Amino acid sequence: MSKERITYDDVRHVALLSRLRLTDEEITSYAQVLNSILDYFAKLNELDTTNVPPTSHSIKIQNVFREDAVMPSLPVEAALANAPDTQDNCFRVPKIIQEI
Amino acid sequence: MEAYELTGAQASEKLRRKEISSRELTKAILNRLKSVEPQIEAYLTISEDLAMKQAEEADIRLTSGMDITPFTGIPIAIKDIICTRDIPTTCASQILKNFLPPYDATVIERLRHAGAVFIGKTNMDEFAMGSSTENSAFKITRNPWDKERIPGGSSGGSAAAIAADAAIVALGSDTGGSIRAPASYCSVVGLKPTYGRVSRYGLIAYGSSLDQIGPITKDVMDCALLMNTIAGYDPRDSTSVNSPVPDYSCACGRDVKGLRIGVPKEYFLEGIDPEVENLIRAAIAQMESLGAIPVEISLPHTEYAIPCYYICAMAEASSNLARYDGAHYGYRARGTDNIIDMYSRTRADGFGIEVKGRIMLGTYVLSAGYYDAYYLKALKVRTLIKRDFEKAWEKVDLIATPVAPTPAFRIGEKTTDPITMYLSDIYTISLNLAGMCGISIPCGFTSAGLPVGLQLIADIFKEDTLLTAAYAYEQSTEHHKRKPPL
Repeated sequence: MSKERITYDDVRHVALLSRLRLTDEEITSYAQVLNSILDYFAKLNELDTTNVPPTSHSIKIQNVFREDAVMPSLPVEAALANAPDTQDNCFRVPKIIQEI
Repeated sequence: MEAYELTGAQASEKLRRKEISSRELTKAILNRLKSVEPQIEAYLTISEDLAMKQAEEADIRLTSGMDITPFTGIPIAIKDIICTRDIPTTCASQILKNFLPPYDATVIERLRHAGAVFIGKTNMDEFAMGSSTENSAFKITRNPWDKERIPGGSSGGSAAAIAADAAIVALGSDTGGSIRAPASYCSVVGLKPTYGRVSRYGLIAYGSSLDQIGPITKDVMDCALLMNTIAGYDPRDSTSVNSPVPDYSCACGRDVKGLRIGVPKEYFLEGIDPEVENLIRAAIAQMESLGAIPVEISLPHTEYAIPCYYICAMAEASSNLARYDGAHYGYRARGTDNIIDMYSRTRADGFGIEVKGRIMLGTYVLSAGYYDAYYLKALKVRTLIKRDFEKAWEKVDLIATPVAPTPAFRIGEKTTDPITMYLSDIYTISLNLAGMCGISIPCGFTSAGLPVGLQLIADIFKEDTLLTAAYAYEQSTEHHKRKPPL
């Protein structure tokens, strides 16, 4: 990993990926802060990790299954209780598919 | 002694003997809360009506003499990251400002069943991202020992409430030190269990491979008793470990003779306040006088723990916080005409600056082209850190360290540069990466009267060893009896 700088465009791209609408000033300001943090992260480069396996889970548990049996789940009214907008027992959101 | 000053064990004894009722105890806590809250602001929600109702139910149970648990009738404060059915649960974020969970977290179910009394939900850093509780979207919590200083984070509200006697016991959560650091800065006891010891079902996720719920209490015995109630296998949490829960209160009072205590040399290099170092070394000497054997050890990858942790935590957070999109619950931005617009505006409005920064960094380190360089690298370093501890356990039974390099710092002192704040996590963070358990206990005060905590670390599922040593040390000192000037 090289000490590459995260540019204004990189931040704008990442903001798009993470669905965050930022102003130009915010993007510029974040670029500075995120750069210094990434520079700090580059410290891990000092370590030779060839042949070191990654650890995703600190405790060894694998393949935790349960019986494929139907169990009671959250009632519909409870599931919808915090919804900003509902219709016909569904969550209602702005248009997803655009007309062509 | 005022009723609000009682520990959980003391209060439980008085309740059983009918020297006090739960209603009286709960009223005493609520009155104390009203008097100290304007000064410390530990709570986001105070559930007074519910608390009195639960106290009445507890009194019926106590009168009947049947089915009484150590927490029947005992007032508890709950960090606002834990789901409590029909009590607002906000994670100190605008995006969940009016969220009423439709279910209880497993730990909350257990406490309801035990007959506990819920005083309210405590303040925290937004989505547990922070080390000072300054990242709350709603209010600043002040350290009861010096109101110009932070209580620590992210469980600052819970720690401040316990220090101020505005609850008898409390729950916090710990991803990188968020129980232990506030406990240290506020002179209370805080324990981070082994990963998988306590169910995460209903704990709003920040870093799923790192998070744990744990007790924040006035003394070690209360911590042990609360662990008895909340620990244990839960089939609803697939990372929960099916390992028996011992009676942790039995660990308190066991001998520490011959217990080998590792002192890692890397934890005493630069950056540590000399008064903190002196107090920690004095505490270790105290344990030696009780029969423990200090042993110098090395945890060579300590200096890499912070970047490793933050890469892992931010990556996991970017995934965990994707669910806050305004569709199903929480805040939704209005006046948008398509779904992407709705998501982007909702999240931009609803999340604070630190949260957005971490989501973006997390997204970046997981993105195509950068995944290997950052995230995969961090996972490999995580292995190296875990191995440091595994080697240490061949030589010692416990590890003793400071909790933080300084006592509580001033409000606003570390907020200009995020890295300065991140560096305060240096001593607590490795445990979460390795999945080990750790406790912070009061070990004295600086010349300015600021608390300092001693951290003890044990191998996975060895909370009993931790509690044995913590209890022995605590009982040989008076630190846990000192109260803040409120």
